Amino acid sequence: MNILVCIKQVPASSDVNIDEETGTIIRDGVDSKMNPYDLYALELGLQLKEQYGGCVDVVSMGPPQANEVLEEAIAIGADKGSLLSDRAFAGADVLATSYTLAQGIESLGNYDLILCGKQTTDGDTAQVGAEIAEFLDFDHATNILNIDNVSDSGVSVQMNLGDVIYHQDMKFPCVLTIEKDINTPRLPSYKRKCQLDETKISMSSLADFKDQDKMHYGLNGSPTSVEKVFPPDKNTEQETFTGTPEEMAIKLVNEMKDLKLI
Amino acid sequence: MDYKILDQNDFDFFASFIEDTRMFVGEDINQDYSHDELGGIEHMPDIVVKVTSAEEVSKIAKYCNENKIAMVARGTGSGLVGAAVPVFGGVVLDMTLMNEILELDRENLTVTVQPGVLLMELAEFADDNGYLYPPDPGEKTATIAGNISTNAGGMRAVKYGVTRDFVSALEVVLPNGEILHLGGKVVKNSSGYDLKDLIIGSEGTLAIITEATLRLVPKPEISISLLLPFKSIESGIEAVPAIVSSGANITAIEFMQKDCILYAEEYLGKKFPDHSSESYLILTFDGQSKTEVEKEYSKIADLCIELGALDAYIVDTEERKEDVWNARGAFLEAIKASTDLMDECDVVVPRSRVAEFINFTHDVEDKVGIRIPSFGHAGDGNLHIYVCRDGKDDGEWEDKLTKAFDMFYGKAREMGGFPSGEHGIGYIKRKYLLDKISPTEVRIMREIKRAFDPNLILNPDKVIPVND
Repeated sequence: MNILVCIKQVPASSDVNIDEETGTIIRDGVDSKMNPYDLYALELGLQLKEQYGGCVDVVSMGPPQANEVLEEAIAIGADKGSLLSDRAFAGADVLATSYTLAQGIESLGNYDLILCGKQTTDGDTAQVGAEIAEFLDFDHATNILNIDNVSDSGVSVQMNLGDVIYHQDMKFPCVLTIEKDINTPRLPSYKRKCQLDETKISMSSLADFKDQDKMHYGLNGSPTSVEKVFPPDKNTEQETFTGTPEEMAIKLVNEMKDLKLI
Repeated sequence: MDYKILDQNDFDFFASFIEDTRMFVGEDINQDYSHDELGGIEHMPDIVVKVTSAEEVSKIAKYCNENKIAMVARGTGSGLVGAAVPVFGGVVLDMTLMNEILELDRENLTVTVQPGVLLMELAEFADDNGYLYPPDPGEKTATIAGNISTNAGGMRAVKYGVTRDFVSALEVVLPNGEILHLGGKVVKNSSGYDLKDLIIGSEGTLAIITEATLRLVPKPEISISLLLPFKSIESGIEAVPAIVSSGANITAIEFMQKDCILYAEEYLGKKFPDHSSESYLILTFDGQSKTEVEKEYSKIADLCIELGALDAYIVDTEERKEDVWNARGAFLEAIKASTDLMDECDVVVPRSRVAEFINFTHDVEDKVGIRIPSFGHAGDGNLHIYVCRDGKDDGEWEDKLTKAFDMFYGKAREMGGFPSGEHGIGYIKRKYLLDKISPTEVRIMREIKRAFDPNLILNPDKVIPVND
């Protein structure tokens, strides 16, 4: 089974600055890391490879420095990585990002399974995985909790639909977005990091894609734009109850009732 | 020793200045006040007072001193040696309401706190303000005065030292009610006997801490740990002396065996990033830039691989640190959950002999026939060794526990070590302290106790028994 995991470089801290004009995150000079949600997808891919063979490759769209997350993925256990990087891709919204990734994935060859994290910690839309599948015309399932069965032609998966768990058989090729905390991601290996062979990472740009129309990528290809970005209100109000444990418990229950929490 | 059992007159005295929501008598006293975290030693106090100021502590101390009433100060009760147990009843002063952070002095790099501030609150406050309070004991819900009273250590002792190194000044109440200010916001001090240093580690037997001024350091921007798997217990622990003597700037060196990781996985319901090896070292490096820290850890990773480490896993993001350190932080609770009762030994030996001592614990395990998981601060020679009861009957348990402890403390003594690295002596480890120190030291310690507390009312009979 050949697996491709989509990964993204995100700011390492939640304390980020936003370009007020474009509504995009200022990434220069900010420490970064691999999107934590993607680590669960990568771990799942590596576990499937250990059990069924094949390869686990990674792909990322981003500026040249996003190379770092590909190197990290290889240090964790991925076989090789591809960076989709071009000035024309900059400022992409969800749709343009998904289209770019779909074009990139098509140019990379044939994979049975495309795995994505459920969402990213910077964009938080949780739409890219499903949109990639639509552009590639692959089946997809989201919020995957487990892969129950693997056959030559597909996988049986458990989807988290909130109140229920939905069991679904999927035919290859397909896209799955992976739920958080379904495994403990393995750590990057220092030995693998030291042995990193630069030829394991390739770079693709617009010139490598089937659709080379610049108007379909980046800001130009984004039908949505961010009007305003502002930090959410922080509520640090505190109320302290005093009295005997019984009195405090009654106060707490009443307060929770007032707030309609119970 | 005879202490007064409190009567209605005494309760009336307390009620004259303490409102009833802060005072508990008889059946209203929560059972928790009768023991600390480890259990085993239990005694209920006659009264619990939740104090709110040094003046209140002073008034109570003076009264207790005049009436020969035993008095014990208590934080969150997370101690492990029975130090906060009121073995003679009397008064327990609950210090947890005195939990204000009073001042951050950026010019002198100090923070002044009340005694009931929790370690985790202090650490967060320092972090939010761009500083680090280096002492890092595992129990983050302990109060800062509790940490000072045991001279708590923690994982960063390898690089920064222990609580004592970060206490700049103390306000204390003597048993006669007098309020003393010891030390100050100074870096150096050669002015007479250092009474502040006597209070640190005295486990509430000399005076009651009502305020502490602590040193801070600028916060390192980057902190990265390495998780190093080894194929045997011996190869893991035996790598430690070479790491220590390499001269690398390492903040923490922690040793753990596979069984502890498995207990933590069971306890937390979460897998550790790797549990395929027999033993692990966790090394932490901190500094101001990623390049600097990577350079530092690469040297040591290479050295460890040479010494038999199977790899060096990089723990560099918040999520990874959580996966590794949450498990490490849960070891004590996880071992506790794996048995019906346990007792612990917190010996410290010279760093060069840690491997020998860990190997010795396995000999004891075999010879005595009892399960003894251990982990510890390999980089500073302080080990936490847990003897687990696993359903043994009273007689067999007492017998095996005593045998195992006698062997551990005897071995530590022989190696030039001490019975406690950071948890203190309290009530249950007094025998081992007496075995370790000379009669002259015992005499001097008793005289010091009497100099501070002539009526022996303050946490009586702890650390050094009053009589032989």
